[in-house]
Amino acid sequence: MKKRGFLLLILGVALLLIYLPILILAVYSFTDATSIGFSGSFSLQNYITLFTTPELSDMIWGTVILAFAVAAISTLLGTCGAIGAFYSRKRAQALISVVNQVPVVNADVVTGFSVCILLVAVFGMSKDTFFPLVAGQVTLCAPFVFLSVLPKLSQMDPSIYEAALDLGASPAYALRKVVIPQIMPGILSGFAMAITLSLDDYFVATYTKPATFDTISTYVVNATRGSQTSIKTALWALSTIIFLIVLLIAVIGNVSKKGERKAGEED
Amino acid sequence: MKYRFSRKQLAIPYALFLLVFVAAPLVVIVYYALTGSDGTPTADNFIRFFSDPNTLGTLLYSLILALVTTCVCLLIAYPVAYALAFSRLKASSVLVMLFIMPMWINFTLRLTALKEILTLIEGNLAFHPFLNSVIGMTYDFLPFMILPIYNQLERLDKSLLEAAKDLGAGDAQSFIKVTLPLSMPGVVSGIAMVFLPAMTNYVVLDMLYNSTYIMGSLIGSYFAAYDWHGGSMISLILLALICIFTLLTKSDEGQKTRGGSLV
Repeated sequence: MKKRGFLLLILGVALLLIYLPILILAVYSFTDATSIGFSGSFSLQNYITLFTTPELSDMIWGTVILAFAVAAISTLLGTCGAIGAFYSRKRAQALISVVNQVPVVNADVVTGFSVCILLVAVFGMSKDTFFPLVAGQVTLCAPFVFLSVLPKLSQMDPSIYEAALDLGASPAYALRKVVIPQIMPGILSGFAMAITLSLDDYFVATYTKPATFDTISTYVVNATRGSQTSIKTALWALSTIIFLIVLLIAVIGNVSKKGERKAGEED
Repeated sequence: MKYRFSRKQLAIPYALFLLVFVAAPLVVIVYYALTGSDGTPTADNFIRFFSDPNTLGTLLYSLILALVTTCVCLLIAYPVAYALAFSRLKASSVLVMLFIMPMWINFTLRLTALKEILTLIEGNLAFHPFLNSVIGMTYDFLPFMILPIYNQLERLDKSLLEAAKDLGAGDAQSFIKVTLPLSMPGVVSGIAMVFLPAMTNYVVLDMLYNSTYIMGSLIGSYFAAYDWHGGSMISLILLALICIFTLLTKSDEGQKTRGGSLV
């Protein structure tokens, strides 16, 4: 019993250390204080600044649209790649898996630099086309989709697909109606991973983005190198909003998981 | 002949994609690293790197920073992962979620929060650059260490611990002889997940006002100077380190945790 109390203490302290900075920042985002530790009165000015400054709202929407575009392309490429590789000869599958592993284990800084050097230095492409940025982030994300879909394919019962063919379905039709629904959880979690990676990415973006475009990461890093106080504190509001969205997603995910488990028990 | 669809063909677009955006850039990096600015083959880039005390100092500083960060992460993450796996709480899935959630929040915003707190405590961040960088990196990378260790401990066959107890082992002995060895694969993937980013993620240093260079910052500064040869040379050195690391650890457990996956 004593041991269990000690374990709970460890968890409590760790969670406190992880969340304290975010929570303190969240509290201060609702005040007019310009630094943590100074007293201030309640104010929504940071949130107003966040949503009414074009520079800030452009940057936020740009990041979100980019993340969804990158995740969609990565999911399509990675899923098709995983299905194709799974049904290819072992040697071809092994080769694809090895190359797929490179961006996964590589440092992001090297991935970003290498895509940039190929597209910009060798092919002379302009970063303003957004092509290097999207291609770079897809290079970062698609391998994770591939890794998330592949195990679902091997868990699948191959006889269902064969049964569909025997019953007269074309291979393409059977793929759509039999294979895809069974690997859907892998596709969805791959999509979610791609969104997270793109939203969090700094290094690929900084080497491949157009000069006039900023993602949240590149914007925040530039903002810490000296910017107006109103922008600095507006970013506290952004951090708070993102924290609340993530919390909401986690709660929904947890509730729906519990619902699934209950439904499973009733069967 | 009529076109026939086969599932194998779906691999073609992805294989081409990997060829162009993963394999080709590596070839380009090797080419640039081994040529001078006039295009002639040379090893000068590497000779310059390994004979300049400044760049060697950067390599050493990155290694020390990564080593300290990895140790601190391990010292915090192991007890946390252990507590998560063995506290037998009803809400343990919620708790695991709470430890993963930070990965979904943009890391630059999390560092902003940390920076504000550290500024409040220390007054001026410039006084403790190394300490701040270790704290920043630990704050950033901790979930990557917790998750693989937790996954490994969670899978551990609890009957082995009962057997050890029945055979007369005390708590400490059964931990050292059973739990610790069986959790090693998780520890190794955790180390692989933390060490490399700690050598290259120079944004943590930048944001916490540590102006010392690490390996990642060198790529950044070569890039800013349009020195493709220098940047490629550093990339190649890092790639070599990654290869050694991957061969040593030979585990793919940790990588999935990077996207914040729960699987």
